[in-house]
Amino acid sequence: MAKKESSFVNMVMTLMVVTAVASFTLASVYNITKGPIEMAREAARQLAITMVVPDFDELMTRRYMPAVGRDSLEFNYAYKNGELVGVAVATYTDMGFSGRIRAMVGFYPDGRIVDVVHLEHQETPGLGDKIEKGKSDWSDQFRGLDPSETVIKVTKDGGQVDAITAATITARAYCDGIRRAYDTFSNHVLNDGGSAE
Amino acid sequence: MSQIKNFTKGFVKENPVFVLLLGLCPALGVTTSAFNGFGMGLATTFVLVSSNIVVSLIKSQIPDKVRIPSFIVIIASFVTIVQLVMEAFLPDLFKALGLFIPLIVVNCLVLGRAEAFASKKDTLSSVIDGLGMGFGFTFALTLLGAVRELLGQGAIFGYSFIQGDGMLVFVLAPGAFIGLGYLIALINTIKKTE
Repeated sequence: MAKKESSFVNMVMTLMVVTAVASFTLASVYNITKGPIEMAREAARQLAITMVVPDFDELMTRRYMPAVGRDSLEFNYAYKNGELVGVAVATYTDMGFSGRIRAMVGFYPDGRIVDVVHLEHQETPGLGDKIEKGKSDWSDQFRGLDPSETVIKVTKDGGQVDAITAATITARAYCDGIRRAYDTFSNHVLNDGGSAE
Repeated sequence: MSQIKNFTKGFVKENPVFVLLLGLCPALGVTTSAFNGFGMGLATTFVLVSSNIVVSLIKSQIPDKVRIPSFIVIIASFVTIVQLVMEAFLPDLFKALGLFIPLIVVNCLVLGRAEAFASKKDTLSSVIDGLGMGFGFTFALTLLGAVRELLGQGAIFGYSFIQGDGMLVFVLAPGAFIGLGYLIALINTIKKTE
């Protein structure tokens, strides 16, 4: 088979056909995978909510702007038999070692922390990724803390949270995210009589 | 060259990482654990074989002067397909590797094999070359990942057998260079004694 000559028409035609076929293929794959990807993300969010609030039978979602930070936080109010049992706050911090860290923080209606799980991060594997529940029990220390009494900062910054060995920046960032969640929670839930309305 | 030789050359004799020194960016970046290296190797193998097939099929239709842009579009398309399919159906693996998938596009191993092999040989040889090189790459990444995980975290494939941390430097970037250097020296010694 002879090679096609590198004439102007041949080059333009070839590139056009190659890119057209590639675009068509990608569009098809995107359409097929769109549903499952959204389902996987939604399942991860739901799982995180059930991990950080007590048993509930009804969920209501609202969004609030934090005092500090560019993006709104997602508040998931969990009700059991019509009574508020907890609020799962999807929070974030941009102080991480590499990129944004997103986490789900659960509060009891009185402001104590139920638990914290990470949603997304790009921290160093083996060091910063100890914020993950499966990798280490570091994040268990937040359980039951009341941020109005305990300073959610690493001990190096004058707080009462133990940092992660060799990953103080990640631990500091995680505390920042939790504080952002609590401050917003305390503005909108504690000071509003604990109701979502 | 027989097809068996064509396949096995990727493991030691022309191992893409240890001998050809191609694709070092992912080799150094993702190998913090054996599992990460293994997953990245398999994803790269898939892209390598797919792009080798397509390139060897359409090689006579591509004018020489635009072959590189055409190859890159083909490779990038396969990478995006891998990314979408992995996020949809293997969300756990995607969580671990998602960040590194786009790096396959700039992995010179894939473009290198398309240019040096698939654009000159028939489809069957190209598939076998892709498989051999891909498995050699997977082997290298898994080995480097295992060494770093073993020294850095005292674990292998996530199964830990010490309390606390290992030598943390092996988890960080310098450990990747140190580990790779020693492995290359080892492979060179093996090749010399053969």
